[in-house]
Amino acid sequence: MSAPETPLAPAAARLEVRHLSTSFATDGGRIQSVADVSFAIQPGQTLALVGESGSGKSVTSLSLMGLHARTSQAQVSGQALFVQRDGRTVDLLTLPEQHKRSLRGNELAMIFQEPMTSLNPVLTVGEQIAEAARLHLKMDRSAAHAHARRMLELVEIPAAAQRVKEYPHQLSGGMRQRVMIALAMACQPTLLIADEPTTALDVTIQAQILALMGRLQKETGMSMLFVTHNLGVVAQYADAVAVMYAGRIVESAPVHALFATPEHPYTRGLLACLPGVARRREMAGQLTTPSAPRRRLVAIAGQVSSPLDPPPGCAFAPRCTSRQTDCETAMPSLETTAAQRRVRCLHREVHA
Amino acid sequence: MISPRFQPLIRTLRRLFARKVVLAAAVLLACVLGVALLFPALSSADPNALSISERLHAPSSVHWAGTDELGRDVMLRIIHGARYSLLIGFVTAAGAVLLGTLLGMFAGFFRRLDAPLMRVVDAMMSFPDILLGIALVSILGVSLWNVILALVIVYTPRVARVVRATTLVLRELLFVDAARALGVRTPLILWRHILPNLMSPILVQVTFIFAYAILAEAGLSFLGVGVPPDIPTWGTMIAGSLDYADKAFWTIFSPGVAIVLTALSLQMLGDGVRDLLDPKLKKTV
Repeated sequence: MSAPETPLAPAAARLEVRHLSTSFATDGGRIQSVADVSFAIQPGQTLALVGESGSGKSVTSLSLMGLHARTSQAQVSGQALFVQRDGRTVDLLTLPEQHKRSLRGNELAMIFQEPMTSLNPVLTVGEQIAEAARLHLKMDRSAAHAHARRMLELVEIPAAAQRVKEYPHQLSGGMRQRVMIALAMACQPTLLIADEPTTALDVTIQAQILALMGRLQKETGMSMLFVTHNLGVVAQYADAVAVMYAGRIVESAPVHALFATPEHPYTRGLLACLPGVARRREMAGQLTTPSAPRRRLVAIAGQVSSPLDPPPGCAFAPRCTSRQTDCETAMPSLETTAAQRRVRCLHREVHA
Repeated sequence: MISPRFQPLIRTLRRLFARKVVLAAAVLLACVLGVALLFPALSSADPNALSISERLHAPSSVHWAGTDELGRDVMLRIIHGARYSLLIGFVTAAGAVLLGTLLGMFAGFFRRLDAPLMRVVDAMMSFPDILLGIALVSILGVSLWNVILALVIVYTPRVARVVRATTLVLRELLFVDAARALGVRTPLILWRHILPNLMSPILVQVTFIFAYAILAEAGLSFLGVGVPPDIPTWGTMIAGSLDYADKAFWTIFSPGVAIVLTALSLQMLGDGVRDLLDPKLKKTV
């Protein structure tokens, strides 16, 4: 194909994102939604992208898929080196639209947050799965339909032969998310981007969906970029974590290291907000501020700074408990502190 | 035994006709359509046959709806006129919906086209329907197909507005993004994902424009800028016999009743279809 054959450094990872930045035009001026985001996902591994609403984690995934609304006038810079099935490395951000379309849904698939609206209400679920198969696997109508049924069986939908002929409104939320997974898996992608796939589901269904995704990942060896704000989910299913704050990665680490020894004050704050952690700390007598009555959940003080008026230094400085004067002058860089560990903080907590 | 393939269709029809008004409208329309299509094929009676000795006869067992100023049978002319009125209504509805859907879908989906297309549409909608129709027929000349063309131009903006509004909502829905994430091209997204979702407003518009077009044709013909008087439509019948209405009210009453009943039935059916397709009223089985 006509991909620009610029000499790209070979990436061992399935996807290596380097210095991804995305900005949007708004009425109040251009805002930097994602800045200098770098991470890598190894084949068969899951990277969790964690952060609160507006931290840029969804924008990151949309930038990778090239799905920004045309009206938003998104400007994307950086590199996203993706290793195709044929072994060639391409940069997703500069790829011509036609080439990218051939990857989307084929090698690169995405699951959205809202299973209620991400299926077309007037097409049967079978038709929608078959569409992907016909598009990329070049199957004919009947083969694609049979494929759709197999996909529904793969995502453990009972009575798949019956369900394949049903419309989205006839399915429950959990079922619809299974259909979305079937849709994403239809062409056996090597990278699955899941944008908060379980947020809209109730807890018991969440566990089922996550178990299903874990099983499919093990069977197919695909890589996953898992966008979420649920730290419990991260602890259980991810291999590595990148924590985002105000459009930047503030800390990235293997999952156990991050939970055991969080180095960035924001990460520590997030973990302290978890009810279980809070109680443990409280028991140990660490968190007895006079103002907070016992057994109240911890919250990080203050609010996320406005993207139209970012603080001059560290974005987290205004809320940080270990803030010092140098935090407010310049944005700290993302420093490598240990193998696979990077932290964006001048005064990170050093663990023994 | 009915084949299970038709089960959903039967269920849908049952729900549509659950309202008696809708059922009555459908039956009436079926009768009008059946008579209009079948009668001229079965009977060679000429609707233009003159019989001066029988001018302005009141309705009787021979002439069910009486005769007009030239002794022509009003009932026969209403039946023949139904063909033209229904033809005008149907072709106008089909043409306006086709053009309007195309315009509205492009305006709604491609933001760049929105302002230029919709300003033209707004300009056209600012004219009262009948005035625009009169102007267009005056320019095009009086003929059956020119009346249809004029009515298509009059009703296209109406469809375009409705379709554009719905497209604006649809294009922001996640399934359009999801389709794009699957690598579906824009033309296919329009055809497979947007258009089928537009079907319910389009279907409702078809029934309404059908009814409006019948009324508008009657209005235009009545004003003398519609179908030429030698073609019997309900509008030309009323226009032709107006001078005799004080002596023989049946000459305009009967075609008037035909217009009202047909248009009303179409409206009722349109209401029924709209209620059926409105997702807010739809219950999940």
